[in-house]
This record gives sequence, C-alpha cells and structure tokens, in this order.
Amino acid sequence: MSANDTIDPGRRDFLYVATGMAGVVGAGAVAWPFIDQMRPDASTLAASSIEVDVSSLTPGMSLTVKWRGKPVFIRNRTPEEVKEAQDVQLTELKDPIARNANLASDAAATDVDRSAGKDKENWIVMVGVCTHLGCVPLGQQGDFGGWFCPCHGSHYDTAGRIRKGPAPENLHVPAFAFISDTTIRIG
Amino acid sequence: MSGGHSTYTPKSGLGRWIDARMPLPRLVHDSFVSYPVPRNLNYAYTFGGILSIMLVAQILTGVVLAMHYAADTGLAFESVEKIMRDVNSGWLLRYLHANGASMFFIAVYIHIMRGLYYGSYKAPRELLWILGCIIYLLMMATGFMGYVLPWGQMSFWGATVITGFFTAIPGVGNWIQELLLGGFAVDNPTLNRFFSLHYLLPFMIAGVVVLHVWALHVVGQTNPTGIEVKSKTDTVPFTPYATIKDAFGMIVFLAVFAYFVFYIPNYLGHPDNYIVADSLKTPAHIVPEWYYLPFYAILRAITFNIGPIDSKLGGVLAMFGAIAVLFFVPWLDTSKVRSAVYRPWYKLFFWLFVANAIFLGWLGSRPAEGVYVALAQLSTFYYFAFFLIIMPVLGLIETPRRLPNSITEAVLEKNKSGGAGHPAGAAASPETRG
Repeated sequence: MSANDTIDPGRRDFLYVATGMAGVVGAGAVAWPFIDQMRPDASTLAASSIEVDVSSLTPGMSLTVKWRGKPVFIRNRTPEEVKEAQDVQLTELKDPIARNANLASDAAATDVDRSAGKDKENWIVMVGVCTHLGCVPLGQQGDFGGWFCPCHGSHYDTAGRIRKGPAPENLHVPAFAFISDTTIRIG
Repeated sequence: MSGGHSTYTPKSGLGRWIDARMPLPRLVHDSFVSYPVPRNLNYAYTFGGILSIMLVAQILTGVVLAMHYAADTGLAFESVEKIMRDVNSGWLLRYLHANGASMFFIAVYIHIMRGLYYGSYKAPRELLWILGCIIYLLMMATGFMGYVLPWGQMSFWGATVITGFFTAIPGVGNWIQELLLGGFAVDNPTLNRFFSLHYLLPFMIAGVVVLHVWALHVVGQTNPTGIEVKSKTDTVPFTPYATIKDAFGMIVFLAVFAYFVFYIPNYLGHPDNYIVADSLKTPAHIVPEWYYLPFYAILRAITFNIGPIDSKLGGVLAMFGAIAVLFFVPWLDTSKVRSAVYRPWYKLFFWLFVANAIFLGWLGSRPAEGVYVALAQLSTFYYFAFFLIIMPVLGLIETPRRLPNSITEAVLEKNKSGGAGHPAGAAASPETRG
C-alpha cells in the first residue's frame, strides 16, 4: 500500500475541505482589520451636535454652518419664497419624498415637511451638499430661485427640492430642533 | 522571455559564473539586445519605451517630493508652497512631477490609439491588451489621488465629486464612500490615505508593466502591416535598431516635456488649485485634470433616467463603462484583418473616434448646460457605438484591401512605389509607412 492510498478517501477529503475552510476564515479574519481601519474613526463618529444662534437672521437672510465636516444651510425664507414653494404640486417634483431626518422616511415633500414645521415654515435647515456628487450649491440662484449646484447644473427650489438636473434627491434635512426661539441645535 | 532559444554567450569567467547561478544578464540580453522586432516599426511604436521612462521619472521625482510634503490638512497646502519657494530645486522637482503626470497620459493615449489603429489587441495579444488596460486604470487612480495632495480647491472638490460617484451604487454606496473618505466628507483621514496609496500605486503599476512586457515578449510585437513575423528577414535585432529608435523618440518627447516644465509649467493645471481647500465653498466650475475630461463629459451627458436606473447612477455607469469597454475590445472587433492600413472604413471610423474623444474632452471642460449637454450626449453615443456597433459589424461587412504576404514584401513594395524619386533615402528608412 503506497502513501497515496488510504483506507477511507472520504475522511481525507473532509480533512482537505476542513483545512481549506479554516484557511479561508483565517484569511478573512486577518483581512478585516485592514478594511475596518479605513472606516470613520471614533473621533469622527463621536456624536457631534452644534447649537446655532439664529437671532440675527431676518427674512431673506441665510447662514452656513459647518457640521460633521459638511456645510448646513439655515435660511429664514421670505413670505414669497414660502408661497412659491407651497404652490408647487407634488406631481411636479422629481423626488416626492421629504428627505427630512426629523420625519418618517416616506413623508411627502410638501413645503411644510421640508421646513422647520408648522408656524416655523419660514425656517429651512438643510445639509448643503448636492445629492448628485457632493458639491455645495449656491443660494438664491438657478431657475427656481432656490439653490443651484454649479458643478453639474442641478436646480433646487426655495424648499431645497430638486427640480431640474442630474441630482436624484432633494437636499437632505438633518436632525435639528429649535431649543429656544432663537437657537437651533443640529445633530 | 524571447520564447526559448537564447543566443547569449557570457564573455568572461565572471559572466559564466553568474549565468550558471542567476542568469539575469541572459534575460536582459535576450529581452533587449538580441530580441527580434519587426523591421517596419514606426515611431508610434516608441511610446512603450517612452512610458517606461516616464514611470521611472514620476517615481524618482515623487520619492523626493515626499521628503518635503506633509499629508495633513493644516500643513499640506503650505508644504507644497514651501517646496516651490524654499526647498532647493523644489520648484523644478514639483513641476517635473506635475507636468510629468500629463506627459505620462499624453504618451499612454498615443500608445492606446496606436493599439486601436493597428489592431494590436487581437489574438494572441488579448492578455497583453488587458494588462495594458489595468495599467491605465491604475494610472487614473494614481493621478487622481496625486492631484488631491496639494490640498487646493480643485483637489478638495475633485475628490468630493469623484468619491461621490460611489454613493450612486444602490444599498452599499454610502458605506463605500465613508470607507474611502474615512469620514462623512473629504478631510484629514482622506488626505492621509490618498498620500499612502499615491505612493503605493506606482509600484503596483511597475509590477503590471513587468507582466505587460513579459506578455509582449511571449507573443512578439505587432507592426504596421498587422502580419505576423514569418521569417528572419522580417525582423531586426532590438539592439541597435529599436534601442536607437526608442532613444530618439524619447529625446523628442522629453524636449516637449521640458518645454512645458520650463516655459508653461501651469498651462495644464487649474489656477483654483492655488487657493487652499475650503469645504464650504465650491468653485464655480469643477473640472478634473485634462486627462479625465472625456470621461467627465460622459458622466455629465446622462441627464435622464433609464428605466429603473436614475440619471446619477446612469452617469456613473456610463463613465466606468467607457473604460470597461476597452477590456472587451479583443472580442468586439470581428475583423480578420488586424491593421487599419488595410481597412479603409475602419480607418475612417477610427479617426472619427479620435476626433470625437478630443471633442468629448473639450466638452468636459465646458459648463454642463445648454447645447453642451446635447453635444455631449451625441458624442457619448458615438464613443460607445464605435466599440459596440461599428467594431463588431464592420468586421463582418468591410472588404479589406489586399494584404501583402509578409512584412518584407510590404516593406519592399513600399520602397518601390513610395521612394521612387529617392531610392537611397527609401532604403535607409524601411520602417516608413504610408
């Protein structure tokens, strides 16, 4: 009987497969830390929220603040801008979802659901990052008087909803709240 | 490497001693001295050599620049300015590196077009071609990450847009983007990893170049006629013929390179990159480096949804598809004739393709509005039609011109007709093609 013969070939096959599997699992376990280290680190993830004093913003004024490395637009909209946005039918919208982190994920993109809510419709708070490829849109520009992204020509209306151009979604509304009449906490 | 029979005979005792232990001199001799190359190679075939020296030049200048550069968002921009002003010869090294990247891409585009014109990708050179495509992909990744390092406005916003591509992928897109950025936006972790990878990738390119040259030396070079080498009279030894020709090509190319470095060092760059990165302010027109412009135009041309694919994902798929399609060229071209010299229609469509690619590049530098969008859509259509419709169909219906029986016959025929008035000159340049 030579070294290659075996009484029970099934037994040997099992050992081959088991060894191979152990090797694959081991390789995966070693590879994971190398991938894992690239994800956002603890200091980046550390719950970051900022408080912004908006008392100086009269209607028609905007403020851009930095939150999680991204710009956040805070705008005290004029009554005309609010009315213009309220008059838009949902069927005219490219993205009919509010994209508001404070509401249900399927909330409709009505003007009130895009704004700071009832009685605070003049306030709009949005992450100032174009949903196309991440540029910062310019305020009060474009075909709809809202925001216009100079990179690839996305037009947003006065409620930050995408109306024309390549961006797929409305500008995102971050989690925020008025903690007093003049202070907003974002995050 | 030359596929079997070696003509190397060590001349000294030391040579024989080394040859018996590790025959590196034999490998070099067989690959770059006695290696037979077709006798009719023209100057389009010198770009492989030119690319090799550009890779070496980029690695050398890059390694020394890394000695002075600081990969930290607070220091990067200033460290680059310090290289320009304070570091001895720093301005020269940085301009060599920055313009060297552009020269590298000019050379690779000519090299790729040479391959497409003479059908260099056809059997048995499919793997050779695919290895080349991989090198090109690695070059694009390297160039992109290198452009981020100076931490100017274009660095920052280019990185934002390009990493934004990945958010188009359904489901895992955001996770992948955060993995690449190491955060929620381009920031210090991004700059650090890009620097690390920008240093690594050129060495990976060098590795694939070795495979590329290996594959080349197994199957041998193509030539302007597209006819395989049949006898010894079809070839000349690499040294001195190809060596001298390559060297001359390199000198001319380096002269152009030097012109850019010394006279118009910022011509191919963007002035906005001399403004330090600002995460709250996007420049009016974000444009990538010139060598990505055709693909940028394709990205922006998809402004409409295609079924379940929205315009954003569609644009990203089209852009990556424009590069991915190159990998399939060996199987998309159905023609039995290799070289465009004998394919009158392919030749026409090929030059249209070149003009179209340059036009796409120009469109990529324009703002994405008005007539430019429609033109980019038209141009994108031709780009893909060339590969997906013209290549497969033309090969089946085109009547090629009569092929010569051998390289030697083609060369002699050319000299008889083309050089009638100057027989001496014609005999001295058998590589000229018509």
